[in-house]
Amino acid sequence: MSGLHDLLFAPFADFEFMRRALVGAMALALAGAPVGVFLILRRMSLTGDAMAHAILPGAAIGYLLAGLSLGAMTAGGMIAGFVVAIASGAVARATALREDASLAAFYLISLALGVTIVSLRGSNVDLMHVLFGNVLALDDATLLLLAAIASLTLLGLAALYRPLVMETVDPLFLASVSRAGAPTQLMFLGLVVMNLVAAFHALGTLMAVGLMMLPAASARFWSADISRMVVIAAGLGLASAYLGLTLSYHSGAPSGPLVILVAGAFYLLSLVLGPAGGLIRLLRPRRHLEA
Amino acid sequence: MTVALRFSNLTLGYDRHPAVHHLDGVVETGDLLAVCGPNGAGKSTLLKAIAGAIQPLGGQVERLACAAQDIAYLPQAAEIDRSFPINVFDLVSMGFWRSAGLFGGLSRKREARIYDAIASVGLTGLEDRPIGTLSGGQTQRMLFARLLLQDAPVILLDEPFTALDSKTTADLLDVVARWHGEKRTVVAVLHDDEIIRRCFPKALLLAREPVAWGRTADVLGPENLLRARRMVEAFDREAHECEVA
Repeated sequence: MSGLHDLLFAPFADFEFMRRALVGAMALALAGAPVGVFLILRRMSLTGDAMAHAILPGAAIGYLLAGLSLGAMTAGGMIAGFVVAIASGAVARATALREDASLAAFYLISLALGVTIVSLRGSNVDLMHVLFGNVLALDDATLLLLAAIASLTLLGLAALYRPLVMETVDPLFLASVSRAGAPTQLMFLGLVVMNLVAAFHALGTLMAVGLMMLPAASARFWSADISRMVVIAAGLGLASAYLGLTLSYHSGAPSGPLVILVAGAFYLLSLVLGPAGGLIRLLRPRRHLEA
Repeated sequence: MTVALRFSNLTLGYDRHPAVHHLDGVVETGDLLAVCGPNGAGKSTLLKAIAGAIQPLGGQVERLACAAQDIAYLPQAAEIDRSFPINVFDLVSMGFWRSAGLFGGLSRKREARIYDAIASVGLTGLEDRPIGTLSGGQTQRMLFARLLLQDAPVILLDEPFTALDSKTTADLLDVVARWHGEKRTVVAVLHDDEIIRRCFPKALLLAREPVAWGRTADVLGPENLLRARRMVEAFDREAHECEVA
């Protein structure tokens, strides 16, 4: 019994930084899951990745100007993310260029601009923190930020839910009955940016997308119902956060990547076992029905 | 009679090329109007302009019955993502958007109206089915159920019966007749002259320019049809006669 306790609970009972890491990662998982589900349903899975790249220079500039300051890096990341989201959305709506192409154009500009500014300043900035985050060093202010962003995201999604579903299923219909389409799309991208900015403090920009997309992609193999997908994705995200941190504590491997690897393992398991289009169901289909 | 829609010297098009040229006229409240004419005559473009989806190149559309967003519009190629995990009941309930908005609940009364709408298009029993499992005819029935809930004074239908079997067409024509009985204004783009003659009291024959507008029997006379065909051939470069016997 005490062996099990040592294995599963002791790391969090004994060390405050582990408890902080767990709370932070759980906040990320809880808010990231529904955002990820909508990204997948809107066929925007790679948008998260592109936005994470767009945020990087903003955060780096914030770091250059104010050092390792939570406020400056958050503001920088948000500004860069929103500018790219709004500019690419506006170009896609106003011109012949489609959303994916205009997003690619703007995030590449943002990335190149950021790297240029950083190298021109010539300082040997340690960008490892921005690139890979540190989930084991979350202070009070960062935890509050993560919790606030998670709450805001869940409230925002509750408010946006109807127009977002309508905009995804039948954009022409929504356009014919209201002008909510464009603001809905922008606010949703805003939520994506906010969650990525939250996630880079813990996981770094490169892995911020992981806790958003992997549980959501896994959930698709377990259910074809949107509300169930959200619940399953959130559950898988929370489990990944807990198991990843526990494994990292016992193995000494870095915690951020392990959280994402556990989420990746859940994805592979779902891919094979999932009843809604998983491999086993595809290879051994059940007999057809009479009617 | 009150006027629902008024077109004044209306020119519509794409990239400055007119698809509808100098259209004048009024649609009266309670009209059941068929818009017909050859391919490329500007019929769908006209409906888009009435719905407010495109801006005129010249002239104007006046919507005297209601705001553009209160017009119910069924486009020709509905861009529905059929792989989205949503069932028939929920999709039909979108028809309540204008009255329910972001947070309005589905009261018992609204729920009953959703079931009623689904029943009047003959889809009872399929409420829980994912939309991706419906056939083409069932999908169109579902979209008509959503139109029913919109409770719109003006309803625009763009080729609503294309690729439907005769039973589905007849059932959906009953819905249209019901709207007409309720004094709603219905404008439908149609290709089937037989349906137009049987069910639509008024018709507008369009061939980029308006050819005739009025009582269906007069509009669909042989002279007008021939004129419309000639007008389209005159501007449609691709309309060569088929050489293959």
